[in-house]
Amino acid sequence: MPDTYDVAVVGAGPAGLAAAVESAAAGLGVVLIDAAGQPGGQYWRHYDENHARPDDRRGHHGLRTFTRLRERLDVLIGAGRIRYLPGHQVWLITRGEGGEFTLRLTPTTSPATDGTDGLSRAETARALILCPGGYDRQLPVPGWDLPGVMAAGGAQALLKGHRTLAGRRAVVAGTGPFLLPVATGLARAGAGVAAVVEANGTLGWLRDPVGTMSVPGKGVEALQYAALMARHRVPYRRGTVIREILGEGRVEAVRIARVDRADGRLAGPEEEIAADLVALGWGFTPSLELPLMLGAQTRRDVDGSLVVVVDDLQRSTVGGVYVAGEATGVGGAALAVAEGRLSAVALAVALRRAPESSREAVTAVIRRLRGEIRRGRRFAAAMHRAYPVPVAWTRWLTGSTLVCRCEEVSYGDLVRACRDLGAQDARTLKMLARPGMGWCQGRVCGFATAEIAACLNRRETTAEDLRPLSTRSLAVPVTLGELAALADDAPGG
Amino acid sequence: MTYQMTFRGAAVPAEPGQSVGAALVAAGILDWRTTRVGGRPRGMFCGIGVCFDCLITVDGVPNRRACLVPARDGMTLGDDAGDTVGREDGDAGHV
Repeated sequence: MPDTYDVAVVGAGPAGLAAAVESAAAGLGVVLIDAAGQPGGQYWRHYDENHARPDDRRGHHGLRTFTRLRERLDVLIGAGRIRYLPGHQVWLITRGEGGEFTLRLTPTTSPATDGTDGLSRAETARALILCPGGYDRQLPVPGWDLPGVMAAGGAQALLKGHRTLAGRRAVVAGTGPFLLPVATGLARAGAGVAAVVEANGTLGWLRDPVGTMSVPGKGVEALQYAALMARHRVPYRRGTVIREILGEGRVEAVRIARVDRADGRLAGPEEEIAADLVALGWGFTPSLELPLMLGAQTRRDVDGSLVVVVDDLQRSTVGGVYVAGEATGVGGAALAVAEGRLSAVALAVALRRAPESSREAVTAVIRRLRGEIRRGRRFAAAMHRAYPVPVAWTRWLTGSTLVCRCEEVSYGDLVRACRDLGAQDARTLKMLARPGMGWCQGRVCGFATAEIAACLNRRETTAEDLRPLSTRSLAVPVTLGELAALADDAPGG
Repeated sequence: MTYQMTFRGAAVPAEPGQSVGAALVAAGILDWRTTRVGGRPRGMFCGIGVCFDCLITVDGVPNRRACLVPARDGMTLGDDAGDTVGREDGDAGHV
């Protein structure tokens, strides 16, 4: 492998796997960097393959796609055409005078447990395909920092990745179709699921029948989950939200209430449900550290999340930087795979690696992938419209409700910063009250803080509110030693 | 074989392939540090390395993400001070 790769693919989930495999198949020199120890990302997360059991992949959707991509990845790694670096996170990307990208990596579980010193390494590439994925989006609620409250995806990750049931009696709450696989997964593993608390109504699907029908396989998937919910007798509470999570030192119960369908204002009597696990999810937040670090243009998507602007070849506004998967708009694994493929094919064409003889074939592939992506986007937009974050959600908060879990900033602190200190936007709010300034750097509270900043100033949330809470000077925390080493191996240094 | 770890002196078993955090949760231990200001208990939240809630001292090394660190036989988890997360450990965090 050369010192400078044609492309560095960051992330080995659905988009990154597809991008790496297609890039290598087109003849590009590829380095594939992934934070996890094995490929699959969040969607195809599975138990440590060194200790695999046959039933580890139970309940996985689209597994055939994963198996196929995985087999091709193994072959291409074996042939020396993909350099695969699992267990590494990219914490900094800089650009040289020749336009090449230098990626600084640090072991995910730094300091490394494998005997290395845990200091960072660097890789260089002519182009980037960034596939950073996303994680559960959160809205704060009183008591949400009690032990036993988890992100919905976290409860699922414990199950799929670690064969660990996070509780015996679960309430899964928030909004969106993702609550269903989480609830049914917990139920199948033996937990009692006391309720799925869905803020919206399932009839939302019908608001956009054209969008909903644009990916027919999804309807079948929904019916499968409905059947599983019925089999495990999981109550599906539509139009309700968790008002408060109760417990002394750990979760003991939740108090739920009905909300108005139109704007999410509390509308009904409250009811208490006992639980020792609460799994929360309000859609997903894309991980935008790397695209933002490079200066890529972003926008606010249908679901309210900040996403990277890409053209119909997955190119961001920064030359040589392609982005695929959730970072371009939350849309699920099948769409991510198509975007990963398209970015690779488009990059191969741009680097003139696509052979002249196959130009027509390449054009046909691009046209097919674009069609697939268009349909996937239409479906995702229909889902986002059916499962919105309720407009009036900040009205559920009390003054003492923690918004930023790291710096322990309450809703009351944010109200004071706006009313008394005059913060009119998220950036000022962050400076004055410190939400998003702790360990996670606003990954968890960023969306909520942006919405609160806009709401307290009586206006709609904009991309400008979201950006300061999504931008990080370093993509992951590193040690002073790793920072200091930058000076030592700077060009010419 | 099942690994054996210790958390503040108590035995915590782990299956090979499990994370430190998963093993603690499976053992019924839901929190293992407290916050700096309010002294609130913290354990697993995002479960995938994003939120840093689950920071823990592993074999004397502070501030490791329990959800990501693979369990190993003989690991010592937690510290005597109860893992209050501070900033005097030399970690640059975000500058």
